Amino acid sequence: MSFLSIRNLSVRIRGSDTRLLRSVSFEVDAGEVHGLVGESGAGKSMIGKAILGILPKAVEVVEGQIWLDGVDLLTLPPALRRSRIGASCALIPQDPLTALNPSRRIGGQITDRLVDILGWTRARADARALELLAEVQITDPARVLRAYPHELSGGMRQRILIASAFAAEPKLIIADEPTTALDVTVQKEILRLIAAMQARHGTALLFVTHDLGVVSKVCQSLLVLYGGLVVETAAVRDFFAAPQHPYARALLAATPKYTDPAASLIPVPDAVIQQTKAQVDAADGAWRHG
Amino acid sequence: MADLYTVKDLSLSLPDLTRKPMLGAAPRIDILNGLSFSIPKGEVLGIVGGSGSGKSTLGRALVRLLEPTGGSIVFDGQDITHLGEDGLRPLRRRFQMIFQDPMSSLNPRHRISQIIGGPLALHGMADVKLRMLEALDQVGLTRGFASRYPHELSGGQRQRIGIARAIALRPEFILADEIVSGLDVSSQAQVLMLLAGLVRDLGLTLAFISHDLSVIRRLCTRVVVLHQGVIVENAEVAQLFANPQAAYTRALLDAIPLPDPDQVWV
Repeated sequence: MSFLSIRNLSVRIRGSDTRLLRSVSFEVDAGEVHGLVGESGAGKSMIGKAILGILPKAVEVVEGQIWLDGVDLLTLPPALRRSRIGASCALIPQDPLTALNPSRRIGGQITDRLVDILGWTRARADARALELLAEVQITDPARVLRAYPHELSGGMRQRILIASAFAAEPKLIIADEPTTALDVTVQKEILRLIAAMQARHGTALLFVTHDLGVVSKVCQSLLVLYGGLVVETAAVRDFFAAPQHPYARALLAATPKYTDPAASLIPVPDAVIQQTKAQVDAADGAWRHG
Repeated sequence: MADLYTVKDLSLSLPDLTRKPMLGAAPRIDILNGLSFSIPKGEVLGIVGGSGSGKSTLGRALVRLLEPTGGSIVFDGQDITHLGEDGLRPLRRRFQMIFQDPMSSLNPRHRISQIIGGPLALHGMADVKLRMLEALDQVGLTRGFASRYPHELSGGQRQRIGIARAIALRPEFILADEIVSGLDVSSQAQVLMLLAGLVRDLGLTLAFISHDLSVIRRLCTRVVVLHQGVIVENAEVAQLFANPQAAYTRALLDAIPLPDPDQVWV
């Protein structure tokens, strides 16, 4: 079995029969970087939240299995499930400013997790935080540990969240659009940093993004979502050589590409949208009757 | 062709409120430092730069939402650098702006008909309703949208309303400030192609602010690259991409992740 195996996962808004994820299945090997691609509302962040057990209150899992390292998380009692996720998973969020508490110094925000959840001593956690900030190439880490979030730039804050995600050596990290709020030049530095850290620590990474350019740089495999339905799963190299699903193809053609302006920014044709919506409806029909 | 805008030695500084002493004036921080360029009529000018480079400040100075502290801006033969609000009012119709976030730039309590029609009435234009409906046609939305509210629309549709509001006034110049950065790629492509078509059909002059050089390449004829409030490069689009001169332009280009796993990206 793969390290992470999602099987037939469906989530819906409580009390409605509209599914937000429609029987999603995919596998991620240990140490693999897997992209979750789709437009807003496609459900890509929802997958990460379902794995971490942080779905919004109004959303519930209808059915499915989330196997992580040989255990189906959804069958565990809540307390055990939380401690298992806490020990083996971490999140790199999109917005580095709202993810950090503005009224607390950086140091405590990195070490809390180590002390409270993993039971480390304060001294050991502090030493680890220093080591991590150096690893994410922050010069003068001692000063940064004492700083407040507003004193740091966006790129610097994102480095801190990366350090924090790797702090407890998780086996799976979910990166939810970690560079969307950044400039291209900073984005490049951050992506290279995430890739280097991932490779060094051998962490599996689920990379949520809407940017196929970014996927082609950091991922080994990907899946494309439309309306909560997986329309294509592929190895990155195969996907960019020849995307199979019409919607995936259209998405790639809509992506800006300065080297080939004539073949980029082509709007997704209505016919493709209609066809993909019909496929979503057909999947729902089959699910209700199955 | 004649220049619609001529900008000479433009400087702009703003008070730095993070360093304001409790009593007395805040120190000023220089945002733009001596920019000179011109925008010929009918041109689509791209303004590109990283965050904090001054590109939005430059845009806001062009449509005189901000007053420059030095240099001059000439619009269609008239010096508008320090023109007061009374002097600007007749010009306001002629240079319009489309904003980055269509949710916060459309009044949530107004119907689309008021959002597009309001400025028309304000400028005393005739046939407000007809022009409003025509603007909806032009941006490819059905006339039924007139009675809706912004929250009922998708992001792409909202940005079309932003475009409709700007073109309904029959302006000569439109400033589009990062208008697709909040949209998904599929709506991004639609909105950009729509804008490009309208600019061509209506003979508009456009300044297009973006951090994304790929988008600039598709849409613009000329590009100004800003870095820390200074123009580091000003070139024809084809030339900029074929042979970028400034080190900063090259860094920007190299940082773009192309959707291609074989691109060397170090």
